[in-house]
Amino acid sequence: MYTRPERRLLPDPTAESSAFWTGGRDGQLLIHRCRACGRWFHPPAPVCFRCRSLDVGPEPASGRGRVAAFTINRQPWIPGFPPPYAVAMIELADEPDVRLVSNVVDVPVQEMHIGMAVEVFFEQWEDVWLPLFRPATGDAR
Amino acid sequence: MRRVAVVGAGMTAFGEHFGLGIKDLLPMAVSEMAASVDKGLDRADIQAAWFGELTTTDGFPAGILADSCGLLDIPVTRVENACATGNDAVRNATYAVGSGAFDVALVVGADKVRESSARGTFWEWAGLTRDMAWDYPLGLVAPANFALHVARYLHESPATREHMAMVAVKNHRHALPNPKAQLRFEITVEQALNAPVVVAPFGLYDCTPQSDGAAALLLVSEDAVDRYTDHPVWVRGVGLGLDRVMHQHKRDMTTFPPTVKASKAAYAMAGIGPEDVDVAEVHDCFTGVELISYEDLGFADRFMAYKLIEDGVTAIGGAKPVNPSGGLKAKGHPPGATGVAQCVELFEQLRGEAANQVDGARIGLAHNVGGPTAVSAVTVLSNQRD
Ligand SMILES: [Zn+2]
Repeated sequence: MYTRPERRLLPDPTAESSAFWTGGRDGQLLIHRCRACGRWFHPPAPVCFRCRSLDVGPEPASGRGRVAAFTINRQPWIPGFPPPYAVAMIELADEPDVRLVSNVVDVPVQEMHIGMAVEVFFEQWEDVWLPLFRPATGDAR
Repeated sequence: MRRVAVVGAGMTAFGEHFGLGIKDLLPMAVSEMAASVDKGLDRADIQAAWFGELTTTDGFPAGILADSCGLLDIPVTRVENACATGNDAVRNATYAVGSGAFDVALVVGADKVRESSARGTFWEWAGLTRDMAWDYPLGLVAPANFALHVARYLHESPATREHMAMVAVKNHRHALPNPKAQLRFEITVEQALNAPVVVAPFGLYDCTPQSDGAAALLLVSEDAVDRYTDHPVWVRGVGLGLDRVMHQHKRDMTTFPPTVKASKAAYAMAGIGPEDVDVAEVHDCFTGVELISYEDLGFADRFMAYKLIEDGVTAIGGAKPVNPSGGLKAKGHPPGATGVAQCVELFEQLRGEAANQVDGARIGLAHNVGGPTAVSAVTVLSNQRD
């Protein structure tokens, strides 16, 4: 069972990124989406990199996805982050081209595998809700 | 564009130079380069310099080069393009000489990673080469970023950790006769596989060491070549390629498009193909990256890199030796110097003077990828002018 680390190095949310880091307050994974072409993109930016539209903004994504790649960190790289832990690239079910880097927890590191269905949950640290992932319980599509 | 040739090359040993700063390493490399110029070099001949350096540890880079090497009367430009810095410095100087603006140009690369007064260097790079706000809080340190790519590559291709270990064994063996190499000892596949894991799938021997060092080249125009040597090495092609910094929207994790773009540009300029390369210095910051690069550079078909290492094709004695110097893996990796030092190795290979000579090498290729995988620079050198 996953327990919070002693501490986390926290991001410093910007005007663009604050939705991503605080959507967890309402249990939502907020990812930028272009209203002109309908495609999701990440990290958030003021312009859609595909169609250059300025009509973009955060929208709630499903929070489900699959592990596209992962690595198990075995060395104490970062204070308060005892190894081993899994750093994974998650392809979102909403748009597999959108890949988030996050930790996958609640799964023994030897059972991690590419293609594993995962779902988001949030861990609050001050005014930031870090989106973390764990094995999906329901249908991951 | 005029033809451009390398007529001198030198470097410091790569390793832990705790007692030396950049301002010490630079003149050491430049002096060795000057000594290698067959007909001699008058320092006053140098008309411009390009200095590749990723992280400043001694202060203002262009000023440090001018000051430490006594080059106060020429323009000096610092180049920084992540781990592609070295070969991009070569590229910039090549264009300047090729254009006719200068006849004689100096290219230098240097970095100090084992800088005792700046132990944060690796973390500073982490900030330089990646988006701190997105990856770092969740543990994506620089080796982990490459680990994600290589993990996916091992998942999709027939390559295994054993093939990565074979790359480490080969490059350690290649480094043995190289007096400039940092890790001059042999290892076995078993040692590599049983070493402590750094970030899976990388064990200790899959990773480059941290290194200090400097390297220097003298580039001259076709009009000036005869003043310096009868055995020039021609810069036949240069190329630079880019991709997204973040991997969020990279379509395919198992290839580095910057390498594909940079090598295509360099091959086209040189009028050759990958099959014409006799010897290559490839960016093996991690063993799996050497495998992926075989495919990106066109040495192997997609997902067939494992065959090259399995069959000994890329070892000395094989059809296409890769990293005869020991590569980043065993020679070392002071980023700004790395690409320049690759060209130092190729200069010696193409003149038949290398410590670990590839018989009859006529065309050599040098390759960097970095940032962490957003930029690549490739240089094609040859002892044949055309
Ligand atoms: Zn759009």
